[in-house]
Amino acid sequence: MALFKRSEAPVNLDNPANNPLVLRPAPQISSAVTTHIIMRDVLVALIPATVAAVAYFGLRALLVIATSIASCVGFEYLWCRLRKTPQTIGDLSAAVTGLLLAFNVPSTLPLYMVVIGAFVAIIMTKELFGGIGKNFANPAIVGRIFLAVAFPVAMTTFVGPQVALSPVDVVSSATPLAPTAQPLSYLELLLGMHMGVLGETSALALLLGMVFLLYRPVITWHIPVAYVGTVCVLSLLTGHDVIAEALSGGLLLGAIYMATDYSTCPATKRGKLVFGVGCGLITCLIRFFGNLNEGVAYSILFMNLLVPYIDQLTPNIPVGGEAIIAERRRAKRGGKAHE
Amino acid sequence: MGRLGGGALPRRRSVELKGIHIPHNKATAEQETTVMPLPSKVMLPMQQHVGAPCVPQVKRRQHVEVGQLIGHSDARLTCDIFSPVSGIVREIRQVHYSNGWSDEAVVIEPDGEQIVHESVQKPEVTDFASLVEALKHSGIVGLGGAGFPAWAKMNTDLSSIDTWLVNGAECEPYLSTDYREMVEHADTVLEGIKACLDYSGVPRSLICIEDNKPRAIELLRKMAADDPRIDVYELPARYPQGASRVILRNVTGRSVPRGGHLTDVGALLFNVTTMSEIGRYLRTGMPLTKRRLTVMGDAIARPQNLEVVVGTPISEILEYCGCAPGPRKVIIGGPMMGTTQVELDVPVVRQNCGLLAFGVNGPVVPRQTACIKCSRCIDNCPIRLSPIEIHKAYINRDTARLDELMADLCVECGTCSYVCPSKQPLVQSTHLARALLRAEQRKAKGRR
Repeated sequence: MALFKRSEAPVNLDNPANNPLVLRPAPQISSAVTTHIIMRDVLVALIPATVAAVAYFGLRALLVIATSIASCVGFEYLWCRLRKTPQTIGDLSAAVTGLLLAFNVPSTLPLYMVVIGAFVAIIMTKELFGGIGKNFANPAIVGRIFLAVAFPVAMTTFVGPQVALSPVDVVSSATPLAPTAQPLSYLELLLGMHMGVLGETSALALLLGMVFLLYRPVITWHIPVAYVGTVCVLSLLTGHDVIAEALSGGLLLGAIYMATDYSTCPATKRGKLVFGVGCGLITCLIRFFGNLNEGVAYSILFMNLLVPYIDQLTPNIPVGGEAIIAERRRAKRGGKAHE
Repeated sequence: MGRLGGGALPRRRSVELKGIHIPHNKATAEQETTVMPLPSKVMLPMQQHVGAPCVPQVKRRQHVEVGQLIGHSDARLTCDIFSPVSGIVREIRQVHYSNGWSDEAVVIEPDGEQIVHESVQKPEVTDFASLVEALKHSGIVGLGGAGFPAWAKMNTDLSSIDTWLVNGAECEPYLSTDYREMVEHADTVLEGIKACLDYSGVPRSLICIEDNKPRAIELLRKMAADDPRIDVYELPARYPQGASRVILRNVTGRSVPRGGHLTDVGALLFNVTTMSEIGRYLRTGMPLTKRRLTVMGDAIARPQNLEVVVGTPISEILEYCGCAPGPRKVIIGGPMMGTTQVELDVPVVRQNCGLLAFGVNGPVVPRQTACIKCSRCIDNCPIRLSPIEIHKAYINRDTARLDELMADLCVECGTCSYVCPSKQPLVQSTHLARALLRAEQRKAKGRR
């Protein structure tokens, strides 16, 4: 029996009966990493912080998280359904947005507000601009800022953790960064035993997730290190408590999980460093001179808007293109001098 | 720039252009090469090299012998084609390739005698010019896959060349033909290198091998110990260390300027099997008529490194290696840069180094989804291009932007498409973008 049909005449290759062989341009193999796997890894990295949030703030926190994820995924599902486009909830990106949004609100927030935040994040920030990869700003951050502006009281009604090193009343109180707040010990900051939104409490849990993300690797070190590093250096220079500044507020949550959002950060490593430094700079300005709870969120949003310009200024220099890039830069400078 | 002289050559493994990890899958690496019996026919396409196609020098029903000239051209850049068998020319007809091209091919039916033709004589080489002249009649082309005539590559002003690089990286997954050449024929590899250094006056040669081939590294280092000009340079076993611009940068720290060649920055690069063939040709005078292929894939019952005569139809190789009926994907070359075949009645040409066959459970690239701007393609490009930007510019046919992004520097290693989580056709777009840029440049030249 002949294994293969040999034909001398040209065969109609579109007919699978004539030709079962697949014609496809190289490469024929691809890495196992897909969007779904990346987003799943982010969710896994956020498990410690989720556990910490539920342990500290109780089942109410779990309810907020569940509502946020369900409404984010639900809005994306409806959007795809209504627009009759391929369903994209399977890539888990909406679930990540939902979890991050929940991490950005206090556990006491009324659930309908969570749903409104999810609408702003998924529909207004992500889908209206073309869906995953095309949004100009981080959906969860826009959601948080929208809620903070629309419901300022509800968004700052923090309760203390239910299990605390020192007894704290379950009453509304300021975050550790507020000028009136009592200074907290470093251990309390590290474990997250203080007031705050769900995700910005336990630095340890957030750092655990970062180690996982760096190992996979889902993110590179550039943005978190540049961001937190800038905040530390500026705190040192201005005489603030470096460790307290680094561990408190939403800094770690923002630097590790939100500033590193793929679509809203620069493409090259150089660009990522610039982006991180810029975020750190604005965060310090807001912290040292302003009085906003959302310093990290505003600084990331602001830098999100600058990403196209950072991308333009920090391209990679191709191997073999060094001379041409230098020539172009000279030409640009020369042109300016001429004007 | 590395120092010259004995024993002091650099051997570092940490390199500038790192590349990515791809499962090696080199299961046949430690198997001795097996020789396939002569096929029922050999097909010799007239273009098995970069340059002008040859013109058949034989007629139908003519009797030919091993090493007899079959194809020749008077064009400036070309490479002669020789008969690998003795037998009778049955026909001269067209072969069709899966890329849509077709070529004239001389079909020979072997008689099994394998009588060697009288023209096969040990070449007389006294200086560099005679070496180039001899190699013109050797049929040796770049055997790493490029197929650039070896004589033409070295036929240049060599006074500024200080490094003769020998590429034994073999970074493509599955393939192990260069490794077998180094392990089984280290003597001819070194003979080829020594002859080239002797006649060309190039002061040093570095054999670049990935560190997943310790046997080859050790063997060549030991055998080259008596020649201070030759040393082995270890590269990390990461894809694509074997790309010429990547090797050059990692070994010498130099980069080829856009539109230039390796010789512009003082280096030459030859595949290790090419050097071995040069050594063998200078020893025996038998032109290149055989090729070792790594035959692998989940549809192959007996994967092996198989020596076949040039022109063997791939259907006969698959049959010989026990290919399961009805393979879904047949690839000539490796999985990263090889080409899929739609017809199996095509011959092996001299620069092929692998034949892979996969069944229904073979590698499948998932469906394309939206780009998430993860920048993996940008971070991992060995040339530091921006594949996703090139892809977007190509979709808009924006040649000014493509020129700005220097899409023509791409080596088409496929790393970008491999790492892409949303499976965008990045290297495929870049391939088309390069063609678009070339067409544009030609048009611009015409206008001037």
